[in-house]
Amino acid sequence: MDTIDIFIRKLREELDDIEDQEFNPETSFRDIEDWSSMHVLILIAFIDTEYDIEVNAEEFSNLSTINDVYELINSKQ
Amino acid sequence: MAIFSIENIAINGIAAAVPSKVESNWDYDYISEKERKLLIKTTGIVERRIAKKGQTTLDLCLLSANKLINELNWKRDEIGILIFVSQSADYHLPASSIVLQDKLNLAKNVIAFDINLGCSGYVYGLSVVMSLLKATGNKKALLLVGDISTNGLNYKDKSTYPLFGDGGSATALSINENNKTYFQLQSDGSGYDAIIIPDGGLRNPISDTTFIENELDSGIIRHSKNLHLNGLEVFNFTMREVAPQIKSILEHAGYEEENIDFLVFHQANKLLNETIRRKLKFPKEKVPYSLGKYGNTSSCSIPLTIVSELKDKLINNKKLILSGFGVGLSWGTAIVDFKDIVIPDLIIE
Repeated sequence: MDTIDIFIRKLREELDDIEDQEFNPETSFRDIEDWSSMHVLILIAFIDTEYDIEVNAEEFSNLSTINDVYELINSKQ
Repeated sequence: MAIFSIENIAINGIAAAVPSKVESNWDYDYISEKERKLLIKTTGIVERRIAKKGQTTLDLCLLSANKLINELNWKRDEIGILIFVSQSADYHLPASSIVLQDKLNLAKNVIAFDINLGCSGYVYGLSVVMSLLKATGNKKALLLVGDISTNGLNYKDKSTYPLFGDGGSATALSINENNKTYFQLQSDGSGYDAIIIPDGGLRNPISDTTFIENELDSGIIRHSKNLHLNGLEVFNFTMREVAPQIKSILEHAGYEEENIDFLVFHQANKLLNETIRRKLKFPKEKVPYSLGKYGNTSSCSIPLTIVSELKDKLINNKKLILSGFGVGLSWGTAIVDFKDIVIPDLIIE
């Protein structure tokens, strides 16, 4: 599994349409301006492709920060 | 699991037709420019074809069928089976296939009926036509598949409006030696409301409330005769079910990726289809897209992609996987052999 820093770097590249936003472990997705359901799909697809882990939309709705997502991936590996 | 094979039926030709009216998602001004950019990048859908007033699915399928019959030099009285697959028929009743029997000047002893399926409909339709050809001994059959989805869309619903386009197709099949087609077909009705037009049938007849618009979320306003799409649920369903189905049918048939020339997906959206492609480890050049030009054309997306993207690549013998998934929920995969298939130019009407 990637370190959290590498995970955030890859995530940043995947969500490159989001401008002027610093990503750190405590960043909450819902606080990101312009965050949309499209980004949820991008994130779910990214986790599936990069880590071969399936996260469904319901699981994702219980998560709030980037670190929460990282922990979920870790717990599923 | 319903995996089965049908021998000695060939697909002889495929034709498709789209409306001449083009709409670009760059002009979809209901959302901001930033949202438009993200939408086009993520879905891969740039333009869509929109049916003109009065233009129906039947019309587009009829054009496709006439062109295909002529290019194949088929005698119309040899056609014994005519199946129409669509969720946008001309009438609640009678079935469009029967109207088409007359419009196509086919014999009265033709077996004609409709099948009500969307995104998975092409694969299901192939399985039904092939089975009937085997059972009846008829020599030739037509499978007409298409949808006009855009008349059910609400401009103020960004979760559906920029995704769908219209199209119709015709596929010719006949008894032919040395051919084997594999199918795997599946269904899950627990997700029936993930893609639905709720009103207008017997469950929810048209009422005073049908055309009242509701705002469900930011940028999602629609009434009960509009198409509803739960994008997240459909995304999860597809990610969960499609790759395993394709893997299992490949295993059943004893094929690997290298035995397959092209993998043609239902054109849902680029992000989703690319994720499935990567899961299956198929190279990009084997997975064609017509999404950019036509959007999601429901049941028509597989034949339309073959006509628009593979016309010049299907020379001699080719082995293809066709995979449709969506409304129902319903999903199906076929492994088909194309031998000297006839593909007329795309009809634009």
